Amino acid sequence: MDENSSARLKRRLLGIVYRIGLFLAMLTICLPGLWIVLSSLRPTVEIMAKPPVWIPQQISFDAYVAMFSGIGKGGIPVIEYFRNSLIISVTSTVIAVAIGMAGGYAFARYRFRGKSGVFLGLMLTRTVPGIALSLPLFFLYVRLGIIDTHFGLILAYVALNVPFTIWLIDGFFRQVPKDLAEAAQIDGCTRWQAFWQVEFPLAGPGIASAAIFAFLTCWNEFALASQLTRSVSAKTLPVGLLDYTAEFTIDWRGMCALAVVMIIPALTLTYIVQKHLVGGLTSGAVKG
Amino acid sequence: MATVSLKKLTKRYGSIEIVHGIDLDIADREFIALVGPSGCGKSTTLRMIAGLEEISAGSIGIGGRVVNDLPPRSRNISMVFQSYALYPHMTVRENLGFSLKIAGAAKDEMDRRVAEASAILGLDALLDRRPSQLSGGQRQRVAMGRAIVRDPDVFLFDEPLSNLDAKLRTQMRTEIKKLHAKVQSTVIYVTHDQVEAMTLADRIVIMRDGYIEQVGTPDEVFRRPATRFVAGFIGSPPMNLNEATVDGGQLVFASGARLPLPAQFKANVTAGDKVVFGLRPDDIYPTGHGLSSGDATAVHQIELPITVTEPLGNETLVFVEFNGSDWVSRMLNPRPLRSGERVAMSLDLSQAHLFATDTGKTLRS
Repeated sequence: MDENSSARLKRRLLGIVYRIGLFLAMLTICLPGLWIVLSSLRPTVEIMAKPPVWIPQQISFDAYVAMFSGIGKGGIPVIEYFRNSLIISVTSTVIAVAIGMAGGYAFARYRFRGKSGVFLGLMLTRTVPGIALSLPLFFLYVRLGIIDTHFGLILAYVALNVPFTIWLIDGFFRQVPKDLAEAAQIDGCTRWQAFWQVEFPLAGPGIASAAIFAFLTCWNEFALASQLTRSVSAKTLPVGLLDYTAEFTIDWRGMCALAVVMIIPALTLTYIVQKHLVGGLTSGAVKG
Repeated sequence: MATVSLKKLTKRYGSIEIVHGIDLDIADREFIALVGPSGCGKSTTLRMIAGLEEISAGSIGIGGRVVNDLPPRSRNISMVFQSYALYPHMTVRENLGFSLKIAGAAKDEMDRRVAEASAILGLDALLDRRPSQLSGGQRQRVAMGRAIVRDPDVFLFDEPLSNLDAKLRTQMRTEIKKLHAKVQSTVIYVTHDQVEAMTLADRIVIMRDGYIEQVGTPDEVFRRPATRFVAGFIGSPPMNLNEATVDGGQLVFASGARLPLPAQFKANVTAGDKVVFGLRPDDIYPTGHGLSSGDATAVHQIELPITVTEPLGNETLVFVEFNGSDWVSRMLNPRPLRSGERVAMSLDLSQAHLFATDTGKTLRS
């Protein structure tokens, strides 16, 4: 065998190994999701079977039907939970992104006293696990009378997300060359117009990704929500999952079905927005 | 169209002063180049004129109106950035028309002025492209087009050619000159490249460490540099400069070498003065291979060893050793020379310069 064909063979083999590696990695990531979907469609016996049944023997949509059947027939107030989740997630995301834009822009563009200290302080707040905050927050919220309200949860989520959105958006504004805003000002813009006409569109993809992250954090958050909400008027979908636990039993199938209902909007949103997360939009602005 | 006047213009960052109260009057339609090494304050000065940088003291007037505290948009200026600063999310057409859109111009007015600018700069074929699809030279032209469309009182250029390759730079330089002839605006052009400054400007302002060293026409700053710094900065290859001491009618160099004291300085120096002697490469040449200034009595003959030669075709740069340093000389109608060869050199001392060693100022009266 000459050198060239052995090199070719080696390259082909490496390609195969590479693909197997990728497949295993993707499997690890996707399997839990797939398992949830499967479990929502099969009877409890199969879910609990040992050794596990990989290929479902019978498929039914009973859990989904039951979920929407109303209280007493195995149903839970899924529409209300969904509404609560949506209101809380969207509102807190909008607020967190707005604050993140203002803060991120300030950190990216201005010099001020204690800048790095403030930035570090913001990041440090993220090191405290959310669950550790739940008890103090609980007491505080009770005193303030905002326990079990949309407002209370929105407030908590905004506080949770702001350091993150500031950090992310700061990075994207840094990538927008300063010259562009200056050129816009010379072209007749006020500082404010220069921001909206030039810097905002260019940092747009970054702001969108910050928004997705913030939204998903709120949408999936369980620990704080389970402490700070208790009634149908404020409980979010993750907390709603607990409705399937009774004193002695857990309805795994129903829980998985609700989980699927939860995942679908998040997945759809991410899919829609990720198309707009086009990188390299700023290429060509400056130099070559 | 407007005059620009800077009065005691000062910029401080905290306690550090970058620009030290400079005064400059620029006439209407004049092309002024600010040159100097990096960090000399030329870009800061330009940005202060543009309103992108606050001024710490002094005043700026454009067209007789003091604009110290006006935002950039109220100064009726336009600026071409070193990085071009084209808006990447807009097409060339939108880039050109952006200022008009912001000003709320009517659609047909906008189209007309964009078409005008695009015709001047030959951008018609590119109007629907985005900046990322353009080459460096094309981006440069769009940046200039965007400046023209505004029809400003003053054009500001901040090292506009420094991102282009050498050939394109020469080409764009000519275009800028043509453009100035066409639009007849006041232009302030910042560059670190003295060739650009010499070729483009009506007057050159040479800056160093936040001070103005000299203001003058290209001819003045070349022939009568006010300071040793200007002498070394303007001209390519640079002027040969060596320290010497005045001793009667002669200049004594560190190595002991002597040259006659140029006649034009005799009245301004006394024996024992420390001076810097300067001679341009054009004024030192292998005998018979140079341009004579006409004053044959001032030409001093001396035999010097050649260290290196750089043939350029029509001329050769000959490096000769004098006083322990390499002096560049320009040889016209070149003949082949070898390193180490001793040749008879002519030094045209009527064109020589002397500067005071301590102040760096010219000793010419």
